[in-house]
Amino acid sequence: MRHSFAVRIGPVGFRIGSDWRAPIAQLESLYATYPKPHDGVPDFTVRLFAARPWRRFVRPAVMIGGDYVLPEAAPLPLAQGLLAAEMGMNLQMALGQRRYLLLHAAVVERNGQALILTGISGAGKSTLAALLSLRGWRLMGDEFALLDPETGLIHAFPRLLSLKNASIATVAAELPADRFGPLLEGTPKGSIRHVVPDAAAVAAMDQPARPALILFPSFGFEAAARDVSPSEVFVRLTQASTNYVAIGERGFDALTALVRTVPARAIDYPDTASAVAQVEAAWLDR
Amino acid sequence: MAGSVAGGTPDGWLLARSLRLPECVRALDAGGWTALLAIARAEQMIGTLAWRLDGVAVPPGVARILAAARASAEQGRIVALWEAEAARRALAPLGVRVVLLKGTAFVAADLLAGQGRSIGDLDILVPRDTLDAVEAALIGAGWEWVKPDPYDDAYYRQWMHELPPLIHRDRDRMIDVHHTILPLTARITPDAAVLLADAIEVAPGLWALSPTDMIVHAAAHLFADGDLAGGMRNLWDVHCLIDQFGTDGLAARAAHHSLSREVARALRLAAALYGEGDGRTLLDGAYLRRITARDGWGRATRPFTRQTFYVRSHGLRMPPAMLARHLWTKWRKGGAGPASG
Amino acid sequence: MEDAGGGTVYRMARPETLKIVHLDSFAAIYHRASGITHLVTAPAPEILATLGEAGLTRSALLGRLAMDYELGDADEAALLARLDELVATGLVSTA
Repeated sequence: MRHSFAVRIGPVGFRIGSDWRAPIAQLESLYATYPKPHDGVPDFTVRLFAARPWRRFVRPAVMIGGDYVLPEAAPLPLAQGLLAAEMGMNLQMALGQRRYLLLHAAVVERNGQALILTGISGAGKSTLAALLSLRGWRLMGDEFALLDPETGLIHAFPRLLSLKNASIATVAAELPADRFGPLLEGTPKGSIRHVVPDAAAVAAMDQPARPALILFPSFGFEAAARDVSPSEVFVRLTQASTNYVAIGERGFDALTALVRTVPARAIDYPDTASAVAQVEAAWLDR
Repeated sequence: MAGSVAGGTPDGWLLARSLRLPECVRALDAGGWTALLAIARAEQMIGTLAWRLDGVAVPPGVARILAAARASAEQGRIVALWEAEAARRALAPLGVRVVLLKGTAFVAADLLAGQGRSIGDLDILVPRDTLDAVEAALIGAGWEWVKPDPYDDAYYRQWMHELPPLIHRDRDRMIDVHHTILPLTARITPDAAVLLADAIEVAPGLWALSPTDMIVHAAAHLFADGDLAGGMRNLWDVHCLIDQFGTDGLAARAAHHSLSREVARALRLAAALYGEGDGRTLLDGAYLRRITARDGWGRATRPFTRQTFYVRSHGLRMPPAMLARHLWTKWRKGGAGPASG
Repeated sequence: MEDAGGGTVYRMARPETLKIVHLDSFAAIYHRASGITHLVTAPAPEILATLGEAGLTRSALLGRLAMDYELGDADEAALLARLDELVATGLVSTA
């Protein structure tokens, strides 16, 4: 394609091709410190293309294509080309990843032990992961936990953090401006701003970690915590996985082992300060 | 030839050559591998390629991708066979012979063509006079209609060679119930009774077409029942079936089903792509250009050729007045033409 | 309901196709033949164990369950409904 960029995020290599220069330039800048795919061969291809040739110029709309696609995916305006690239990469993972069991979760690590934060969209996973990474935790990812069925370890997938709406200001208060990508307004999910993970997270992205605690955060409630039974964790994690069924027996083995050996708690939190305190308390109690 | 291993613009020939001579991939650089994997995925042949390259020395990053593709194909095989078993259980009380078609048949019979093959819907062939009973039994076992659109429903029932597709409410998998291998609108009418009568039991209660009929079906499917999309995979099926069963009796069988021309062309094209092919005609070259129209990003190329063949395939399937009516209805709903890009 | 399929023999899926992991009051069952995971609770595991590979008719199953487990006060119709669910999943077969 006219413009292209290759990058490795944790164990997964991507190649992004584009009919336009702008999204590629943004990727090059934001992923500047990341390595290239292993052996120069990416795991997945993403394509950002114009639906018709003239749509490169006239009201340019970015279609998302690649090795794996959803037929109903709607195009985005060129100003949101970076979001289109990130969505395309997520889509390849969600639909095409077969080596690791994918859990829709944020992951942070301390002393080689991983804390998995999972739950419904809007529970504040990305915000929490960003704040924890400023308080002594290593960021492993804000979108997918990669559970290796062979080892039971979690692999890092520290793509750009994706902050939405109110959480942008919350994190901006604590982070230098040069860690932020452009503010993308009026996206299907409201305002979005990407954050480059810190240098330590990128430098350590090839180091997996042993899962030690699973938390299900819920934003907007009085502070509370409760244990979650293994069968409930199992059901919620199968629902939070895009490839559990496709991976088959290895996924079953990995997930049953995870829920039987790793404690899980649900925490409700009224604000982010309370959330960080509750996470630290749950970590000490695990 | 375009798309040679060293230099040139990669296209479907890169995939064809890698399947035909696996050792030739050792000459690929990172860019060549990237293109090959993208093309194989776009053609839904990544599992086939992964099995074909099993044991060939490849870079470690590529080996991991191929191992994942093999595991994925294996899981696809399990799921496809279970759908066949579910249909067998649902139809067992009727005493109807359930003949598996295409990918599911290949894996049920453990054929070369099934190795690593991606399998979508379950396709089965049943006698035409049992369709109502089969439909009722499947609905009783949890399958539901996919198409609530009355035009589509009438179209399938009246002119296609299958019931409108059914989807299972729990497993989310489709079944296509055929009573012959070409639409009733096609001018060619294969002998469905012979297809059924000569079927072979490949697993308890599960049947597949005889090898010669499998080849005839693959040829019919490529030229008369599609727009040549998936042609690389389809011709790989033909190539593997011939490799395994030879061509004895094939010409006579093709003649019996009035598909001699299609079968002969499929054999030539399969040989050109995957074998020692020569002796192709001018029109074969046009087919091959269409079938291998992919670039190194996995994109369909040569859109003009694609559109031509789309219209052509409709022309084969439907008499002109009906074609006009069908395209009009499709166009009104905003779904005309093949996808591109 | 009890009369439906009176002489039909119900069999558990072959044991080598089942992987059962007890989580708590629920058990996760991976069915190798289908690639499908089922999360079940009593009396489903008991029904599977009782049917075994040899299989039983509906009435024989009810008799055995009453004898082997403390399911004596369980509603027979409810037990048979669980059996029909197991048939729908493919973990129990009749044909």
